[in-house]
Amino acid sequence: MDGSVSSVPRSLPSDAGRPAEAVLQISDLHMAFGDLEVLKGIDLSVAEQELVFIIGPSGSGKSTLLRCCNRLEEPNKGTIIVDGEEITAPKANLNKLRQRIGMVFQSFNLYPHLTAQANVTLALRKVAGKSRIEAREIALAALDRVGLSDKSDSYPNELSGGQQQRVAIARSLALQPRVMLFDEPTSALDPELVGDVLNVMQDMKEGGMTMLVVSHEMRFAMNAADQVVFMDRGVIVEQGTPDRIFKHPEHQRTRDFLGKVAH
Amino acid sequence: MQALIDQFFNVQIMADAWPTVWRGLMMTVLLCIAVIPLGLLGGLLVAMANTAPWRWLRWTVVVYVDIFRAIPPLVLLIFIYAGLPFAGIRLSPFAAVSIAFLLNNSAYYGEIYRAGIESIGKGQMEAARSTGLSGLQAMTYVILPQAVRNVLPDLLSNTIEVVKLTSLASVVALPELLYSADMARSITYNASPIVMAALIYLAILWPVVRFLSRLERRMGA
Repeated sequence: MDGSVSSVPRSLPSDAGRPAEAVLQISDLHMAFGDLEVLKGIDLSVAEQELVFIIGPSGSGKSTLLRCCNRLEEPNKGTIIVDGEEITAPKANLNKLRQRIGMVFQSFNLYPHLTAQANVTLALRKVAGKSRIEAREIALAALDRVGLSDKSDSYPNELSGGQQQRVAIARSLALQPRVMLFDEPTSALDPELVGDVLNVMQDMKEGGMTMLVVSHEMRFAMNAADQVVFMDRGVIVEQGTPDRIFKHPEHQRTRDFLGKVAH
Repeated sequence: MQALIDQFFNVQIMADAWPTVWRGLMMTVLLCIAVIPLGLLGGLLVAMANTAPWRWLRWTVVVYVDIFRAIPPLVLLIFIYAGLPFAGIRLSPFAAVSIAFLLNNSAYYGEIYRAGIESIGKGQMEAARSTGLSGLQAMTYVILPQAVRNVLPDLLSNTIEVVKLTSLASVVALPELLYSADMARSITYNASPIVMAALIYLAILWPVVRFLSRLERRMGA
């Protein structure tokens, strides 16, 4: 078992022949805000290099599910296993485990007082323990990967929304996570900027990244997702290949939802 | 008119009092060098304790801040200097003033920092924590730099207040600027040394006040 994050290879894993093993395993997850039950027993597994795409109406618990995966929210019951370690365990080393779980937020959440490069290097330096020079190299490579190598000295307020989101992706990517969580990554973007972010995500998918995505970009899901999960009112209603969920949904709730978003 | 000038703006008296007033000014500067950093640091600890995950600590801080914001600093100072000796704790005037100011300023600066921390969106902490930074690291590298920038005018404004409040030290016979000027006044039977002290405060603080206005205008925009 690979204990250190830094030794996880950056490129495609070489042992692709190995049977796909769940990088993220969610079992019987329950979560409530006070009396309001948001998640009512979620079981979901994301295999190595898989892109699982979650859709559903607002308030269905999609974002909460994602936020439980790195324990930004505390689930009430159930387990989440990331890369073989239970992050929901009371004694889990959160700061260590979170390095293996990248997260991209709807509102980017870049640090506005730091340059793009410094946004990326902060955790590399303080958490992963990289030297200044090493961190800089990794950051520049990560920014290059999202197509922003020329913006490394720019501050977030000098960047467009799409560029900011790509820096945020680079910030997570630089830590070489085992899985990346995307919480509506394009919802706050102007329509013409959405494509750039989706292209980066597509590129990550092709590079072998394991991804769990909450989004409304159905066309992207159709093209890039391995699994589509439809959630409603805190449960997974159905799950399957994009083709099956989008073209042959089994449940009325799924059909209703897809009917609404198609307009 | 001549009487007014003689009593308040007597240049000869001012010149004679200058060495005393100068020593007082130096003491005031020394006092500021001690109490301002202490207060800024104490306030930071107060504000960070306020965000701690332990409820008992947050409550302690709330009680602390409430008490020391409500007690007049002069009362606090007299208590520490003249009251504590009855408990066997005898402090020099300088130490008494430093402690009183630390207690008082930490509460005020603490509230300012707290407002700054609360002005930073929750997403910043979440983003920082999601990359594996500890709560303290996220606070140090992500939240506080932004928070301090947001409340810089308030921190500066409170610091001006602290500089003026150092004149309270005169009640415990610490020979700072006001005390020295007042001593010169009582010897010369002339108010000019006090006017001189006022002018010195003005000369020191007016540029800071100007700078503060500009800062406020720039940040308000």
